[in-house]
Amino acid sequence: MGSVPAWARVYVACVVAGALVCLTPVPDVHVPWWAVGLLAALYAGCEQLARCRLLGRHAPRGMGTFFPVLLAGAFLLPPAAAALVAVPGALLARVEQRPRGLRRVWRAARLGLAVWAASRVHWALAGRDAVAQPDFPDALVPVGAAVLVFCAVLTALDGGILALAERVPVRNAWRGLFLRSLAPVTVHGLAGLMMAVLWRSHYGPVAALLVLLPMHVSCWVFEQYHRERAAHQATIRALVQAVDIKDGYTRGHSERVGQASMMIACELGMDDARVEVLRFAGILHDVGKLGVPTRLLRKNGPLTPEERRVIELHPEYGHEMVRGIGFLGEARSAILHHHERLDGSGYPYGLTGTQIPECARVVAVADAFDAMTSTRCYRRARPVAAALEELERCAGTQFDPEMVEALVRALGRHGWRPAVTADGDDQRGNVPPQSEPLRAEAGS
Amino acid sequence: MRHPILVLVHGTAALVAVTGLARTLWQGLEEPGAALAFGLLVAVGELSRWRGTEGRESAPLGAAGALAYALFGVDGGAPTQHGTAQVVAVVVAAALAGCVPHVARGQGPTADHLARRVLTVAFAAVCFQPLCSRGALREWSGPAYVLLVVALLVLTVLCDAVLAAVLARSRTGWPLSPLLRDELRALLGIGSAVCATGVVMSLAVAVVGLWALPVFSLPLLLTQLSFRRYAGVRATYRQTIASLARATEIAGYTPAGHARRVAALSRAVGRELGLSGPELTVLEHAALMHDIGQLSLVDPVPAGATAVLPAEEQRRIALLGGAVVRQTGVDAEVAVVVERQADPYRDQPVSARIVRAVNAYEEKTRDAGPGGPLRALEELRLGTARDYQPEVVESLARVLLNQRGTAAAPWGA
Repeated sequence: MGSVPAWARVYVACVVAGALVCLTPVPDVHVPWWAVGLLAALYAGCEQLARCRLLGRHAPRGMGTFFPVLLAGAFLLPPAAAALVAVPGALLARVEQRPRGLRRVWRAARLGLAVWAASRVHWALAGRDAVAQPDFPDALVPVGAAVLVFCAVLTALDGGILALAERVPVRNAWRGLFLRSLAPVTVHGLAGLMMAVLWRSHYGPVAALLVLLPMHVSCWVFEQYHRERAAHQATIRALVQAVDIKDGYTRGHSERVGQASMMIACELGMDDARVEVLRFAGILHDVGKLGVPTRLLRKNGPLTPEERRVIELHPEYGHEMVRGIGFLGEARSAILHHHERLDGSGYPYGLTGTQIPECARVVAVADAFDAMTSTRCYRRARPVAAALEELERCAGTQFDPEMVEALVRALGRHGWRPAVTADGDDQRGNVPPQSEPLRAEAGS
Repeated sequence: MRHPILVLVHGTAALVAVTGLARTLWQGLEEPGAALAFGLLVAVGELSRWRGTEGRESAPLGAAGALAYALFGVDGGAPTQHGTAQVVAVVVAAALAGCVPHVARGQGPTADHLARRVLTVAFAAVCFQPLCSRGALREWSGPAYVLLVVALLVLTVLCDAVLAAVLARSRTGWPLSPLLRDELRALLGIGSAVCATGVVMSLAVAVVGLWALPVFSLPLLLTQLSFRRYAGVRATYRQTIASLARATEIAGYTPAGHARRVAALSRAVGRELGLSGPELTVLEHAALMHDIGQLSLVDPVPAGATAVLPAEEQRRIALLGGAVVRQTGVDAEVAVVVERQADPYRDQPVSARIVRAVNAYEEKTRDAGPGGPLRALEELRLGTARDYQPEVVESLARVLLNQRGTAAAPWGA
């Protein structure tokens, strides 16, 4: 992330220039400057508070307490003054990733422009009078328009930076951004309206401050949620590592099967929730090996039929272990059935064809693929092409041809770069790998 | 036989509710529009009630709506005419209506929840409504009025926290001060959001009329949603940790159900000793995972009984367990408890003392037959010079005695 493409710099410069143009009328505007100062200080304070509460570096995005303040400013002040409110807070906020200066300037300019546009629209629809002499539900119309514009400007600017700085393909850069941020920004807009109305009423700014408390609590809970979720994922990894303790040579196998299962699921066009479930199914597919005696797992040389039968119990042990984890859903049946074969010669139940759950067929292919392409103590790794050839040969008897084909297509498109996170990279274990793009506080 | 405090609280609440309803029926409804709007809000809030973390009932929207109605003094510039009785009547009716689906689905007792709601709202209304209707608040204009309302509300929720703690104590017999501490801590979280929304709603209705209610309940709804998601992920997390704990059982290192039993008993002892909510969570997680170090052994310990092993071996397994726990995302304190579970009790944190004593008790009673529990406790008492803390062992004895009264006798005959 150190180097920023030249085009991205030009883009940021253009946005900053646009924001400066919006701010030029500031010296001539007649506004109560104490209100501008108070709102700006409030916004900066909220920004600092939201950041310093974070214990991890994994900042949740977009649920800040700050949008209500900015939108209240947009509803109360002339456009130029409202844009000014966003600037100090955005410049002072802590930035985790380099280049810090550029990111700060970008955030300030982006928010300034969005607030200016929202305020402008609100002004044009005579929202100012609706706030001063509140007339509901008519006052909601300019607010709704302002929220839409605010969201649209943020989305447009974010998509641009994603395409230029993060090199996201242009056709994907804007996908889903607007709809994802609309709901939270609407709630923030209503809170902003509440602030503005109370600010102008005879109760004054004290009452307006109270509006921020629920938003702040909600933001705080959201952070707790993310921390707990990260801890939960680390616990899942710990389950996997417990298998590694017993069965040394498969180190990293589970993670890679998770990745391959995810690729197949994406290729089959499953929805995000199911893709995530399949990733967990892949990661946890061998968890039942915990129930197999360590001596058997580490045995060098051929197994007796007796020993083989004991090892073949591991899908059932695994199912028994994860039975109580509700969110795994169909991943549990994938764990139970990932050694079934299409022709019925697999175990534990010898199911055939479509009797085998779809997710189990996915995991079976991913498992076999990684087993072939990784080095085991008794043989060397095969190249990816040879492994795929072998999979295609067994498609129809052992594997589902649809899944094999999906894997071939996915590998053709993305290549195979297995991330080895289980090899002692335990820092990574607490945090799901995710790069934070420049649009760090896009409302999503 | 119900606890006298429980009877007293429920009786008072019922009396207040009936008085409020009767007076309102007698005098008729003032300002029916506002009453209907607030009643609807409370009912919707009650409908969306859910059982939060650690069994705490939460209906933030219902609470905020009820408090806002109690503090509702000015409607579009004119002072309101509804009195305390009407506030109570509307809230009771709405809360009862909102409770119907919960009762129909059989989701736990709601009597405590309703009693608290009624008493809290009655308290706020009694403090505020007489002042308001006599016009005593006319000099309090603008910001001063806001501060007065906030102060009143803070007082109200403090009373509510005390009431909740007392109710929980009389239901469970757990010590009062940690319960009160937990209630006050919860107040800082969603409690503050509820208060703020209550004040804002009562003020906003004064400025813009009843439209304020639907518009301004959205932010609290967002908070509520965040809390539910948080509770959801916590529940999932707990299930996963329990599965990790079962790993040793499936691997044949420890007997089935051992981790779960030790966790349940440890939690009960921790409660008895007055640990607070977060400390109990650490204790429970540590108790679930206390045997995880055995996964690193190539050959299982016979019957997974670590309490009879030499001290050095016990400590080695504990350290291995701590290493596994550190890789999970749980609190670092849990790893410390697991690591120190085999140390002499004077070197241990209190959670580790509890886990050690309860684990030893569980292992000693497992196959001991009818006289086992008494003999096990006796053995623990003999070990109180070095291994087990005397207070913990006595607390364990009290917990077991209580359980004998309620559940199937764990003492045997």
